[in-house]
Parts: sequence; structure tokens; C-alpha cells
Amino acid sequence: MLPRTTLILGACLLSGVVAAAAPAVHEFKLDNGMKLVVKEDHRAPVVVSQVWYKVGSSYERDGLTGISHVLEHMMFKGTQKHGPGEFSRIIAENGGSENAFTSRDYTAYFQSLEKSRLPVSFEMEADRMRNLRLNAAEFAKEVKVVMEERRMRTEDDAQSLTYEQFNAVAYLNSPYRIPTIGWMDDLESLQVGDLQRWYQQWYAPNNAVLVVTGDVDPQAVLKLARQHFGPLAASTLEPAKPRHEIEQRGTRRMVVKAPAEVPYLIMGYKVPALSTAKADWEPYALEVLAGILDGGDSARFTRELVRGQQIATTAGAGYDLNDRQESLLLLDGSPANGHDIAALETALRAQIAQLRDKPVNAAELERVKAQVLADHVYQEDSVFYQAMQIGTLEAVGLGWQTMDRYLPRVQAVTAQQVQDVARKYLIDDRLTVAVLDPQPMDAAARARAQKAAAQGARDVH
Amino acid sequence: MFTDLLKFVRLATALFLLGAGGSAQAMAPIQHWQTTNGARVYFVPAPELPMVDIKVVFNAGSARDGEHPGLAQLTHTLLDKGADGLSADRIAEHLEGVGARLSGDSLRDMATLGLRSLSDPKYLQPALAVFAKVLAKPDFNAADLNRERERMLIALQYAQQQPDAVSEKTFYAALYGTHPYASPPEGTVESLKALDRAALQAFYTRYYVAHNAVVAIVGAVDRAAAEKLAETATAGLASGAPAPVLPAVADLAAAREQRVAHPSTQTHVLLGQPGIRRDDPDYFTLYVGNYVLGGGGLVSRLSDEVREKRGLSYSVYSYFMPMAERGPFELGLQTRNDQAAEALKVLRETLARYVAEGPTAAELEAAQKNITGGQALRIDSNRKILEYLAVIGFYRLPLDYLETFNGKIEAVTLEQVRDAFKRRVQPERMLTVLVGGS
Repeated sequence: MLPRTTLILGACLLSGVVAAAAPAVHEFKLDNGMKLVVKEDHRAPVVVSQVWYKVGSSYERDGLTGISHVLEHMMFKGTQKHGPGEFSRIIAENGGSENAFTSRDYTAYFQSLEKSRLPVSFEMEADRMRNLRLNAAEFAKEVKVVMEERRMRTEDDAQSLTYEQFNAVAYLNSPYRIPTIGWMDDLESLQVGDLQRWYQQWYAPNNAVLVVTGDVDPQAVLKLARQHFGPLAASTLEPAKPRHEIEQRGTRRMVVKAPAEVPYLIMGYKVPALSTAKADWEPYALEVLAGILDGGDSARFTRELVRGQQIATTAGAGYDLNDRQESLLLLDGSPANGHDIAALETALRAQIAQLRDKPVNAAELERVKAQVLADHVYQEDSVFYQAMQIGTLEAVGLGWQTMDRYLPRVQAVTAQQVQDVARKYLIDDRLTVAVLDPQPMDAAARARAQKAAAQGARDVH
Repeated sequence: MFTDLLKFVRLATALFLLGAGGSAQAMAPIQHWQTTNGARVYFVPAPELPMVDIKVVFNAGSARDGEHPGLAQLTHTLLDKGADGLSADRIAEHLEGVGARLSGDSLRDMATLGLRSLSDPKYLQPALAVFAKVLAKPDFNAADLNRERERMLIALQYAQQQPDAVSEKTFYAALYGTHPYASPPEGTVESLKALDRAALQAFYTRYYVAHNAVVAIVGAVDRAAAEKLAETATAGLASGAPAPVLPAVADLAAAREQRVAHPSTQTHVLLGQPGIRRDDPDYFTLYVGNYVLGGGGLVSRLSDEVREKRGLSYSVYSYFMPMAERGPFELGLQTRNDQAAEALKVLRETLARYVAEGPTAAELEAAQKNITGGQALRIDSNRKILEYLAVIGFYRLPLDYLETFNGKIEAVTLEQVRDAFKRRVQPERMLTVLVGGS
């Protein structure tokens, strides 16, 4: 038998006694407005360098969707000084690994290197921050690569396709409705001149944050950053328009038909993020709420829906409190054999109703918090993740200090607060539901099904 | 208890931060011993973070499925769904209540079970007690078996809608024919439906034994504590015997092409042959040589020809996957259906030219510089070191594998790469798999 104490964690919760540990994070600002954040980790002789730009698909306009991501691809195509692909070759020869990623709120470029090679990264990143050479022939090939990426990630993945369309319906005027990879039609009409303007508008030291983690001396990193990035000219930045999502007035429902074998359901409730919340405890309460539903194998979805009632074969909940705009608490899943999408939706709604009606019990709450605490230690194992965390918070405008608040704020969340946010936000008027309606995989059967549907439609009239 | 956990994490993090400012130590040498019942243990102390990782690897992958595809995976899935009378709910509650994370994988060669925990005995000991039960006393309850079987059946359906999964499954089936590696780890509908408790219990009893297990440990524990950890984790395992050696993999007799219709907008193209064993004498030569061909991410011949010059695919690669017996040598890409023929031609020509000519001196040097220069990155976290220990233990690689790695990479010559590729890769005798629309 296990000692009982592992089951029943003491009821006395944190009472504001936690003194924050002195952070080993150092923040600097260069004269041209570029921010540098350094976090030391001396376990291994390595360094991670990331340049974060405050631009992503939520900065984009209709007709030019996907432009931030295409520009990210073009950033590997050379500058006045370095030819296409040369940057990658130099990093590789230095034993490094590198890549980049684009999201709704940021675009970031990174290298992982043995610590003495940091100057190689800075030299290249500084160069392509201001001197990118956007060549029409290179663009013509690279945009085809991005279209293949879109086919792979979205067109040929029925669940991704459903999510993309769900997202475009859940948001009406918020730029979060834009898929980061871009609509295919927009990719097809994108011009190299569009990219040139996008690059000039957003790629400047005063719109960038340099994050360095690893076995480094912060002062030496600052000196190196001044040497490489210091001479770059700042831009006059036009602030992004607010584009706040209008209030949702009633449930939205939609169906996506695509060749597939397994039905799939997505539900999203409009909820605040740290950047948008009027009451700043609410996002932490939503974070805990998501953990109650899907924070591990002991959480409610797996325990009650997958194992208990066996209505779902998979069921998940997700929420990102670091979004720049008003966000969604997402639920998704596929029904178990013998159940349909309607039954799954009913079960998920019942889970939400339970959160509104009854406070979560103490053991559940503390289990979620225990995992958050332990994860706080585990995440220190990755030098890369530590940089990711700082970069994300900086790029969305919350500041890296937010990560030091995360632990005490999550620990302070009460069962009442979880119930309060459920009652306030997890209501039908804020809900969007999308269903993947599987169509036959076989082309002939699909054609027959379409014909029958058309026939049915005519019969009605 | 809970407040203690909070204090512990705070204190531990603060101590870690105070420790900052020193300079990085090289990874400590690997320590190796056996538990009393015969499991082989590999340990590296990592005192910096107050956490510990344990990974137990059994030679119990789908290569042991015999006539019952899915047997290894269903057995593995059920380990934490009920053990020693604890239900799946209780197991998860016990572990997650102390912040521990359970992980696992069921592959062709290996079945693994991992525990990540805080290293303070107050949290580690209860987590370890549950972990040991999961390893040694699975209940295989009928209700759990039926539910997980149903979930695997839906996972099979889901895989059918994903062109990458279809191509991979088709590739392995065609490449390995009657060899145990042909057995799909996720099973087949017929086989899964026929599996019962007796089959799972028998599989478990045969393969989940100490002499068929490797234990890797990395974390903030000393040797004595690590020895106790390994003993406790494996205490309930029968001593047993190692799994028998798998049959050798036969070469493809002739080139083969397999097309599968799929409603995707892209065609997934795979090209391959049986490749190498983990202890293959050509391992380092082929590893370096493949980096030039298609292993170097954006910097490779395949990436140049397929992506950079022609914009045909987002991802294009080649790799040797070394396994207990010969794992695949595989090349792959995905492209719009109407470009599939062109992309396949480029893939084949690039491979044929590389096998005929080998790398240039500059390419070889660049490959060696990348691989040796990246050594520090390969072992910069507990997680990565743990993975190396598991591989070193499972495939019985020398304990100085990591220390001697760079020397072996540097010793590879142009002539050796050319020779090895000519001997080991026959571009005219490849398996080709195309999954997509016409």
C-alpha cells in the first residue's frame, strides 16, 4: 500500500509566503531599441540564440495571409553578403542546428550551438535583420515549398482542415481568424514586392528581442550583441491596430466534410488571455480549469470520458494564457465506437456544466497544482525551452517577468475562482462548435455520396 | 504535503540559480551494473536539477508479435491501466499527485516505460512504488483490455486517413515481407479482435523480465541511491531470459513499386532498402555519408535538388535507422499529385549519382564538422543523456560510445564512404511506395 499522504495533499495552500527566487535572467536594451534577455544555464557548454520579431499572422490583412510565414522561409535565402542557403551551411559547419517558426503573434529564428560559436549566430542574424535580399526567382520556388507545406499540414489532414475553418468562424473580426500558413489563394497571388514591404515594416532592431540561454556570461553576451546588432538602424514602427474581437452573441455551429475515417469535434469558448483580461486572476483560473479537464491521466476527460463512460476515444482541452488577443478555451475529441459526435458533444457539455455547477474538489485542484510545480523544475532541463518561454512572453508584450509570477498565481487559484470563470465564460453564447463529417476515402464512393446528397436536395424542393 | 512540495520546488530552483556562474562540467562517465535479478543498469549522475529520470527498456517490441500483430503494443498499453489491484485512475492519481510523469513507447525493437520525478525521496519514493507495480504487476483486467483494444481499432482507422501513416505502413510491410519487422506495431483489425487476456499475459510473462531489460537513470541521485532505485523499480520482475535473436533481414530480390490510392492532394513518396544493424561495422561511415545525401536538414543534396532548386517538397530526407536487425534505409518526400513522377525521378537520380560518385571532399568535411561540432548539443539535457543510455544499453554499445564518437566520425574517409554506399545501397533495386491521388 502507498502511504496515504501521497493521496491527500495537505489542505493548507500557499498564503502569499513564497519569496521569489532571485532570477538568473538579465535584461538589456541596446541604443537602437533592441531588447536582449540572457538566462544562464551552466550545465552544458552550449548556447541557444533566438531572435524574436513582433509580427505573425495576427498582424496580417485579408489577401495577404501567410505573408509572415513566407517571409520566414525567405529569411534563409541570403543577404547582400551571403548567398541563398549560405547561412544554413555556415551554421551547420559550426556544428549548430537552426530553424525558425511563425505563429499568430511572433516570428522567431534560432540556433543551438557549442557556446564558443555564438558570434557566428549574431553575425548572421544581425545581417539578415536589415540586409535581406528578396530575389524574385528564389521567391517563386520558395512559395511553392510553402504551398506543399500547406498541403501536408492542412489540406491532407482532415482534423487540421476542420480546425482551420472552425477558427475562421469562431473569430469574426479578430486577426486570430487568419491561418498562420495562409489561405492557398493568398499564397498563389503573393508577390515578392509584398514581402519586401512586410520586411521593411517589421524587421528592425526596435521590433526584435534577442534571447540567449546557456553557458554564457551575460556581460559578454551584451558586448557581443552591441558589436553585431548595435550598428543597425531603428525603424519608425507603426503600432498594430487593436482589432479586438467583437462580442459573440450566440452559439455558432459548422460542419466540415472531408475524406476521413474518424469523426472529430472541436468546441471553443471565448475567454480572456493575460494580455486582455480585466481581472488578472482569471487567466490563471482558466489555466487550472484546463488542467482539471485534461492535465494528465488522472484528469476528468481521461478518467470520466475515455475510461469511465467510454464515450470518447480521445478528448482534450487546451488554453494558452499567453495569447496576445482574446482567445479560446478549446475542447476536442473523437467518439468511442458505438457513440456518435452528438453523444460526445453532450458529454463534453456536461463536463462544462459540472464546472459551472460544482466547485472542483480539493484533491483534484492540488493534483493540478502539483503538476504545475513539478513541471516548473522539469522545464529547466531544456536550454531551448527556457529561451522559448522568455521569447514568447516578450513577443506578446507581457514581459519575461511574467514567468516568475506564473507559479504563485497558479498556486493561489481557488476552487471558487475556477467555478467563477466557468460560469462567466463557458456559456453557450460564447461557444463555437465544428464537426468533421467524414466522407468516403474511396473516390468512387465519395462521388456516389455526393450525387446522392445532390439528389436528396432536389427531392426536397 | 502540498505546501512542502511548493517549498521544495522554490528552494530547489533557488539553489540551482545560486549555482549559476560556475562553468559547465563535461558529462560524467557512464556507470554500469546489474540488478540482483539481472537487469542491466546504466547511470549518469546529474546533480544540477532536483529531478530524476528512469527509463526501463524491454526487448519486447512488435518484432515479438509473432502471428498476432498489435500484441506487443496492447500489452504495453495495459501496463498502467491496472496493476496490483490499483485501477488506472488510482495509478494516475498517485503519480500526478506528486508531480511525477509516466511515459512509454512501443516500437519494433523496444518497449519502454519512463518515470520522471522530483528527486526528493518524499516525492520520488511514492512515485517509484507505483512505477514498480506498473512494471511488475499489471492486472490485464478484461474491461481495460476491451476498452484499449477499441481505442487501438479507432487509431487504426485514423491512421488510414493520414497519407504519411499509410505510406509508412505500406513501406514496412513490403520491405520486410515475412520478417518480424513487417508486423505493424499498431496491429491489424483481425489480430486485435482476436487478442485475449491469456495472450497478453503470456507475452508479458515471457518478455517483461529482468534479463530482457535495460534500466537507464539520469538525475540528482548518487550511485548508492541509483542502485536502490534500479532495485526497487525492477524488484517485482522475474529473472527470465533475454529474448531470442531475431532472424536476419533478407535483401530485396528485385526492385518493387507499390501504389496506394488516397484522396490526398499530395503523393507521399518513399524509397528504400534494408539498411544496417546497430552494431554494423559500416555504421559511422554510412551515418556521415548519409548526412551529405539527405541527413543534414536544409543542407543536403536531396534538399538542394528537390526543395531549393525545384520547390517540389517541404520535407525531403534520407536516413539509416539502425535496429537490432537491419532497419530501413529510407528516402522520402511529399509533393502535389501531378508532380509525383518528376519528384520521384529527382529522388532516384540524386541517389544514383551519390552512390556512383560519393561525396566531394568539401561535403565530407562539412558533414564531419557539423556532426563533431554538435557533440555538446547531443548531451545538453538529462533527457538527451537518458536516451543515449537507453540505446547504449539496449544495443550493447561500448560505455565509451559518446567519448569516442567524434574520433570515429573524424576517421571516416572519402574512399570509405564511396565504398560503403556502393556495397550497401543498390539504387536499381529499391522499394518504391507512392501513396496519393493520380
